[in-house]
Amino acid sequence: MAVSNTHSDGVMLDVRNLCMYFHTFDGVIKAVDDISFSLKEKEILGIVGESGSGKSAASYSILKLLAGNGKIESGQIIFEGQDLVSASEKTMRQVRGDKISMVFQDSLTSLDPLKTIEQQISEMFILHRPEMTKAERREKCLELLRAVGIPKPEERLKSYPFQLSGGMRQRVVIAIALSIEPKLLIADEPTTALDVTIQAQILRLMTRLVRDQGTSLILITHDLAVVSENADRIAVMYCGKLVEHASRDELIHHACHPYTVGLLKCIPRLRSSRPRLPYIPGMVPAMLHLPQGCYFADRCPRAQDRCRQEQPQLIEHTPGHFMACHFPLQAGEDVF
Amino acid sequence: MQDKKKSFWQSEFFYKYRHSAGAIIGSLLLLAAILIATIGPYLAPQNPYDLTQISLADAYLPPAWAEGGQAQFPLGTDNQGRCLMSAIIYGSRSSIFIGLMGMLGSCILGTALGLIAGYFGGRTESFIMRIADVQLSFPSMLLALAIMAVFGRGIGKLLIALVAVGWVTYARTVRGETLKVKSLDYIQAARTLGLPKRQILLRHVLPNVSNSIVVLATMQVGSFILTEATLSFLGVGVPITKPSLGLLVKSGFDVLFSGLWWVSVFPGFYIMLIVFGINLLGDFLRDELNPKLQGV
Amino acid sequence: MLKYFLRRFGQMLIVMLVVSILVFFLTSFLGDPVLMLVREDASEAEIQAARERLGLDRPIYVQYGIFLQDLLQGNFGVSYTYGKPAMSLILERFPATIEVVIVASLLIIFIAIPLGVYAGAFPNRRSSKLIMGGSILGISLPNFWIGMMLIYIFAVELHVMPASGRGQVGTFLGISSSLFTKDGWKHLILPSVTLAISNIASTLRLTRSGIIETMREDFVKFLRAKGAGNRRIMFGHALKNALIPVVTVLGLNIGGLIAFTTVTETIYAWPGMGKLLIDSIGKADRPIIVAYLMVTAGMFVVINFIVDILYSLIDPRISLA
Repeated sequence: MAVSNTHSDGVMLDVRNLCMYFHTFDGVIKAVDDISFSLKEKEILGIVGESGSGKSAASYSILKLLAGNGKIESGQIIFEGQDLVSASEKTMRQVRGDKISMVFQDSLTSLDPLKTIEQQISEMFILHRPEMTKAERREKCLELLRAVGIPKPEERLKSYPFQLSGGMRQRVVIAIALSIEPKLLIADEPTTALDVTIQAQILRLMTRLVRDQGTSLILITHDLAVVSENADRIAVMYCGKLVEHASRDELIHHACHPYTVGLLKCIPRLRSSRPRLPYIPGMVPAMLHLPQGCYFADRCPRAQDRCRQEQPQLIEHTPGHFMACHFPLQAGEDVF
Repeated sequence: MQDKKKSFWQSEFFYKYRHSAGAIIGSLLLLAAILIATIGPYLAPQNPYDLTQISLADAYLPPAWAEGGQAQFPLGTDNQGRCLMSAIIYGSRSSIFIGLMGMLGSCILGTALGLIAGYFGGRTESFIMRIADVQLSFPSMLLALAIMAVFGRGIGKLLIALVAVGWVTYARTVRGETLKVKSLDYIQAARTLGLPKRQILLRHVLPNVSNSIVVLATMQVGSFILTEATLSFLGVGVPITKPSLGLLVKSGFDVLFSGLWWVSVFPGFYIMLIVFGINLLGDFLRDELNPKLQGV
Repeated sequence: MLKYFLRRFGQMLIVMLVVSILVFFLTSFLGDPVLMLVREDASEAEIQAARERLGLDRPIYVQYGIFLQDLLQGNFGVSYTYGKPAMSLILERFPATIEVVIVASLLIIFIAIPLGVYAGAFPNRRSSKLIMGGSILGISLPNFWIGMMLIYIFAVELHVMPASGRGQVGTFLGISSSLFTKDGWKHLILPSVTLAISNIASTLRLTRSGIIETMREDFVKFLRAKGAGNRRIMFGHALKNALIPVVTVLGLNIGGLIAFTTVTETIYAWPGMGKLLIDSIGKADRPIIVAYLMVTAGMFVVINFIVDILYSLIDPRISLA
């Protein structure tokens, strides 16, 4: 692909008005509905949302890894000056793994059960660095395994995925994803399938490696607590829409969309005086039968008639702080 | 928010059915075969198993359109002067009857044993599933052949042989589902509330496996019809005095080399059509209801 | 490894013992073989004499005891009709049967697997749909009928193939088989194709669904994210994963071929053990039926053993321990 330099402001990924729909027998599911965001080099963006909010669909769209009935309807994904939406499958194959890597939720099912760890890591070099010799590849594999903190890497090279623990496997997956030193890593719920004690280790490892390599990271999770520690910026999704988007500190301390505030309140704190954990009442609406106005209106204590009739647009509330709400919270206000 | 209950005619299943050439062709073939089998005796030119209606003088007449054929025997006659078309119609009655009965018997026995295994667990379970495992490691044709070899021919014995080889798939499917249901949280909860275990299992297991059972049963009728025909052809299935497509083909085999092709071509072709119809439909059902189900 | 072999061998002995008991006791329902052996106008005394000669006058468990004793000395009893040892009659015909089974198995492996992989890799192509439609037809064909149709077309009408019998037998490395002569091959083709045809259909369907299922797995998604192309995913990863269920069923199907040789051998007048079995069932020749079932049960254990080894070669999660 054409190597073009990044924008002067360091924006390497610019998603503009992206729409990705699933076409099912019962109707169209707008999994990603008119989403725009951008990512600077070396930046960590957290995308938060409940399951079915379209956060995974958005990330798969970037690599165009869509299931048969999913289709990007409109919008642009400008990566290093090139629009990926219109790029050919051949171009995408060169982008995947080399420029943009991905880590999935379940590490056991991410790896081919019948291939050794070495075969699966080396495959990245065979695909993207064909000039490397076998010995060089092996050397690189060892180096990567050491970098992700796997003990006795020489022995582990010959292991099969089933011989490793969940945490170890996810380390291998991260090693594979970062092996070509990509520009961008997309991690889709990378720790959800792991034990709580290991989750923090893996997250710390991933963010450290990403910062060392200078790779940008999109961290997708349903857990606001995870991104509130690691991300530079946070985007919140609800029913395929972006509802709030700001820098981490701004979002945590000055959230103004009632949904975000609800999510923040759900993070448990030690030594909290609250008798019980608050929750957001109601249920996520069915994606096939979305209400006319704001999708969150049915669950929102602040909802007015306007909210049920007119869908709020994403606007810049304060500089760098975007949100989509007719009645945003003012400082000091509280809901729930 | 729950989707309003759509009627069957608006469902995705029916939509796919209407647009699947295989499913439509299969249904038509099957419908025609069942219709012919049920009203067959009124349709057939003669009753080929009534000795007063047949005459050896008519033996080996070619089909009506061939040279020497007679209009009263549209598909020609066999070695005993029977109208081949009538014999095929009567034979298909036995084929379909045996296929359906064998399937029903296997389905009932297999489902019951699967439920028992999953419900009681322990030694009962390992005993039943052990037999199933051993049986699965032998091909069903060999088993059926061995049973028929030992007990001799007869429709009742044939049904026993078919049930003996056919129950295993149902038992495994049902038992697997029972185990899964047993471990579900809400079932565990219902049990601690004191609801009777038997009721819980029946109410939750059977609806969950019904799709798989429909697919298995459909495919099994086809394979049983083939098994019956094969065993009859080998002389260990239906007795010679009873109508059977396999026996008809066998009687045609003896004269094939003399160029009397119709006696074996037509009955065999009809078996193929019936089974083809069933398999087309079964293939569609499997794709739609339970793509994970293996086996033919 | 040694432990594995010993356990397998032990299993084989147990299977054979169980088969022998079942068959021995069940065949006693088969009808009285004595009546078929003596002259039609034989007197009561003659029948009794024949019965004593064959040892059929004693209680059945005593008969089984004698049978088992003989068995340990490698003696499976004497055929009532042929008057020769049953096992040697079966073993005489074993090579003829096994050569058809081998050729049919090769046809299955080399036709079904490539076609199944193709249809699974490109499920939406017209040619794949044609293959799948054809395979439904294939599993719907009555085996015996298709054999007869092949005879009618290629032997009776076109005269390009022999209609029946086993051709010339050649000897190579001390093994005599029709695989070693041209005439032998000519006679082999139709029976093998007949035997293979429905199995090709079912195996290719299984291969296809294995491929399609594997292509839906998460690791395939991760491979795409790695930048791997379709060809690499298909042949480098999916095929091997899809082969695991195929190997199991292939083992079972090849075992099933042995049962179906009874049909093809009957049609093609092939002098194998399948035809011998069918003839013997008609004559209630118990020793031959027992010997046949013992031999096939033994072959099954061997086939399962080969499947186990293949398994452990394909799947690192399974070891022969």
